[in-house]
Amino acid sequence: MPLLNTIPDYVLTTKTDELINWMRKSSLWYMLFGLACCAIELMHTGGPRSDIERFGATPRASARQSDLMIIAGTLTLKMALRTRLLYDQMPDPKYIISMGSCSNCGGLFQLAYSVCDGVDKILPVDVYVPGCPPRPEALTEGLLKLQEKIMSERWLARDRAAAATQA
Amino acid sequence: MEAARIYERLKESFADEILEISDRKPDSFAVVAPEAIVRVGLFLYDDPDCAMDCLSNETGVDYKEHIEVVYHLFSYKHRHSCVLKVKLPRDNPSVETVEEIWRSANWMEREIFDLLGVTFTGHSDLRRILMPEDWPGYPLRKDFVEPLEYHGISTVRESPIIRLDQKKK
Repeated sequence: MPLLNTIPDYVLTTKTDELINWMRKSSLWYMLFGLACCAIELMHTGGPRSDIERFGATPRASARQSDLMIIAGTLTLKMALRTRLLYDQMPDPKYIISMGSCSNCGGLFQLAYSVCDGVDKILPVDVYVPGCPPRPEALTEGLLKLQEKIMSERWLARDRAAAATQA
Repeated sequence: MEAARIYERLKESFADEILEISDRKPDSFAVVAPEAIVRVGLFLYDDPDCAMDCLSNETGVDYKEHIEVVYHLFSYKHRHSCVLKVKLPRDNPSVETVEEIWRSANWMEREIFDLLGVTFTGHSDLRRILMPEDWPGYPLRKDFVEPLEYHGISTVRESPIIRLDQKKK
């Protein structure tokens, strides 16, 4: 194609959605937030052996700077209200990984009076990671699955549709 | 000193207020009248031969007929220990706090209040410690019924991974 031949080597072409998605998936900052023993594996995942910072995921100590919330551990009913508050403080777009049996469905403590049977009772979950607790490799896999999901998002089409319904 | 010897001393000093002495293995215990628990505790703390300077554990049990508060005492000086129990009625159980003797009783009594609903009179800060402030009832009581929802969060899982005959109510 004649046009392509005139573009110099240092110029790349892509679609806007893909560029936006690529930027979002490459800087998935997760909230520094753990609830129980899964949090230990979460720390390992951020540590030098698994090092999910290779994929752009780095812990942030504030909900207002985070894109991703990893629910790592048993979610009690008391903590569920606070978790929902933290989620509400995160700016859009925001994602949730449910890590381990307890946050998937209550796990071992499903019949306990004080435990919320799964984080999906209170928040929309993007990726479930099974395990008790999941190994760092499993959580890394969960993060990669979330990145795949992010790459399939269509922001422009969605915004146009939203604008059309408003007009 | 042997635990049995400690209970004998208590019997000598308090007579009728020591309701029962059991030598059950591995932990023997003495049942104390609820109104005497602070005096018995002070005696064990002050007496140089007992010197129970540590309340290593304080807990509660619901036996359906009554509620028990259990005190596990330990002496760092003599390296001996003993167990005291107090039996309380199931409706409106109340006993005097031992916080003035052993400060560690503060949180343990809050836990017993939280989970079993025992009121400790004279306690400096008797609030729930583990459960949310607005939690209904006392969850370690045998007749506790779990609420169907808490702040709009359903406590029933539609497809449970654990199936027991006794389902959640």
